[in-house]
Amino acid sequence: MFFQPVLRSSGALKAVAWSVSIAAALCLLGSAKVQAQTRGGSLRAIVQPEPPLLMLGLNQQIPTQYVAGKIYESLLTWSPDLKPQPGLAKSWSVSADGKLYTFNLQSGVKWHDGKAFSADDVVFSVDKFLREVHPRARVIINQFVSSIKAVGPNKVEIRLKEPFAPFLKAFVSDNMPMVPKHIYDGTDYKTNPANQTPIGTGPFKFKEWKKGSYIILTRNPDYWQAGKPYLDEIVFNVIPDAASRAVAFERGDVQVLRSGDVDNVDIRRLKALPGTEYTTRGWEMFSQQSYIQMNQRKPPFNNIKVRQAVMAAINRKFVVDNIFFGMGKIATGPISSTTPFYDGNVTPYSFDLKKARELIKESGVDLSKTPIKILSYPYGATWDRLAEYTRQSLEQVGFKVEIDSADAGTWSKRIADFDFDLSFSFTSQYGDPALGVARLYLARNIVKGSAFVNNQGYQNAAVDALWDKAAATSAVAERQKLYSAIQKTLVDEVANGYLFELENPTLYSSKVHNLVSTAIGLNDTFADVYIDK
Amino acid sequence: MKFLSFMLSRLSKAIIVVLGVVVINFFLIRMAPGDPAALLAGEAGSSDPAYVAQLRQDFGLDQPLYVQLATYMKGVIRLDLGYSYRERVPVLTLILDRLPATLLLMGCAFIFSVVLGVLCGIVASYSRYRGKRTWLDSVLMTAALLIYATPQFWLSLIAVVFFSLYLGWLPPFGMETVAAGLSGWGHVRDVAWHLVLPAISLGCFFMAVYARLTRACMLEVLGMDFIKNARAKGVAAGEIIRHHALRNALLPVVTFAGIQLGQLAGGAVLTETVFGWPGIGRLMFDALMQRDYQLLLGVFLMTSAMVVIFNLLTDVIYRFIDPRIQAE
Repeated sequence: MFFQPVLRSSGALKAVAWSVSIAAALCLLGSAKVQAQTRGGSLRAIVQPEPPLLMLGLNQQIPTQYVAGKIYESLLTWSPDLKPQPGLAKSWSVSADGKLYTFNLQSGVKWHDGKAFSADDVVFSVDKFLREVHPRARVIINQFVSSIKAVGPNKVEIRLKEPFAPFLKAFVSDNMPMVPKHIYDGTDYKTNPANQTPIGTGPFKFKEWKKGSYIILTRNPDYWQAGKPYLDEIVFNVIPDAASRAVAFERGDVQVLRSGDVDNVDIRRLKALPGTEYTTRGWEMFSQQSYIQMNQRKPPFNNIKVRQAVMAAINRKFVVDNIFFGMGKIATGPISSTTPFYDGNVTPYSFDLKKARELIKESGVDLSKTPIKILSYPYGATWDRLAEYTRQSLEQVGFKVEIDSADAGTWSKRIADFDFDLSFSFTSQYGDPALGVARLYLARNIVKGSAFVNNQGYQNAAVDALWDKAAATSAVAERQKLYSAIQKTLVDEVANGYLFELENPTLYSSKVHNLVSTAIGLNDTFADVYIDK
Repeated sequence: MKFLSFMLSRLSKAIIVVLGVVVINFFLIRMAPGDPAALLAGEAGSSDPAYVAQLRQDFGLDQPLYVQLATYMKGVIRLDLGYSYRERVPVLTLILDRLPATLLLMGCAFIFSVVLGVLCGIVASYSRYRGKRTWLDSVLMTAALLIYATPQFWLSLIAVVFFSLYLGWLPPFGMETVAAGLSGWGHVRDVAWHLVLPAISLGCFFMAVYARLTRACMLEVLGMDFIKNARAKGVAAGEIIRHHALRNALLPVVTFAGIQLGQLAGGAVLTETVFGWPGIGRLMFDALMQRDYQLLLGVFLMTSAMVVIFNLLTDVIYRFIDPRIQAE
């Protein structure tokens, strides 16, 4: 009855009819345009250094994640604000006691060889394959997972021994990639010939790898998300030299430059090129942070006041602005500001040489009798500059400093064997302090022979207890309290010298869309990426 | 018969040299701190001690050094160079995969440098010798000196920026246009096009050496009495250069060519890095950085074998160029 008066008016009726027609026509035109934009094309990118292997369960180097992240998938993906999104699992639930995780899998998922993906693959992947060979996942699985079973073709239950709050965050493609049971079960995983021709469930299939030249992935027409991916193929060029990579981007030979592909000094110039987009998003899951490691087993760094003096002697703003060309944000503590449970309300360390000298005086340490060596971080000239700057800064407050250079192998060995005074490093935080930060401070992680753990030798039993309690606590507010306390103590005691949060720039052609849409950015599947024609 | 016994004697010595080099390399590589297990674990963002121990066991690095050496030598005798720790494929497969690209690049750079270098040397020495157009000698030798003194990576980068970026004439990286679907002559042309910059950049240094070496040797020979005699008898200048001077001046050039050829299989790390050329040099560099012992040993074994073989070939060529050596 309400519509009748309107419809009775022929003029109004005509107007509505025209409006509908025009709107429909526009929609059709629009959709045709979207179709033309979204389907087809080849994305040309760079992978450096060249990954040794594309089997994501066996190798998790960043270049491997970048390429193989399009081939393999995990049960979940993560939004930039670190909220779980459906991946191979369409839904999931956690029991009230935080010990039982139930995943309902997507239906109609196929491996790249045409075999069906099922709950058995998930059980095999987690319980057998990753438990045995994955360096990070195996620690979580062995420590927390009590049992895992398929309760139907598309349903999996994982029971934990004790609650582990960030357990869901372990389900990222590089950490918990699903691998095909029918190919690996009963074989030697490391020498299986399928490692050279990886088979996953992702939107892109492995096509060709000419070692030293390029890797080509091609569209998976049977991908479980209907209509996706949009690209026909992705070509990863191997270009070992940074200057040549910049030239390749300038010429349009490649459309994407990942963080680290070119030197920071080139970023400003390349970013100003017409038709170039720039973003620092897509690193929320990693939230990389650089820090100074000071060996706390011996003088002078076994003294808290000396470590505090180091923090006061280094002008971190200068470091970020001039050595790293603005690609960073000064860190306040061990947890990055983009990682959950960050608390910036800690003791600030501002650049103050006078204060640094006073702290050294208070420490009672005679720096002339404890000369130190800076073990330079072997990942490029920028880190060498940081070592040189640090030497100059520390010498100003009385340290006797020399610089030791080393290649990656030597650096790793010396750090692992505690054979250093002061060095630098950076760490990925994996979306939760319990996953990416705690390992650097727990006393049980002081293990000779292992790098990238508690190599500085920090020991505080009270803080260890807080880490363990926080990891097992589900209530967010309670966890926040615990992590705030941890951050305060670690900053006060300078468990590490917190330098800055790395900003990772991505440059890409403005013709490329949806390149960075999740918390793992370029390491994600690229199922939604499309190129303007 | 004499030649056969000469060859047999040199070959047996060559085999001993190569095996000696393998043993020395085996110990030298292991003297560098760090091992592949720790590096692999570190790169994965974790260094779980149990995992590192497991990797060491997988790679056989938990065995005493002499056991590791014996295992490796047994493999070498069977032409099994082992398994790459990082890439998880046989070392021989990796080397053979990269060898064609290296041989192509180095071969072209070799031909370019020898032909152009020797030619420049002849022209320069001849113009000096005749006392005409001595400016040509000065220009050529100054250019050769400049090229010789210019760092190769700088020359390569400038070539990329100028010819690829500004002029857009030549591709800046790679060995072929990726996914272009080219075959037959189209593919040959494409590879040749990609080869121009790296081959010339790499060959420039050697070209300068050949030019200076040839000029010096030629001038020395041209000053000798038999040349004066030939001139006095009215032999044409071209004839003197071709048949009398050049042949006598070539021995040092051949020696240097033998050394350069020996480096063929070793690749050229800098050129391969700047131009993204998929050769052995880059493979070796990556293997060294990652402490991939087996791969590194495999590359070293091959390059040392090549050096020995090319030295042998150089000795044989001497005998043909200069019959006096054969007589000795």
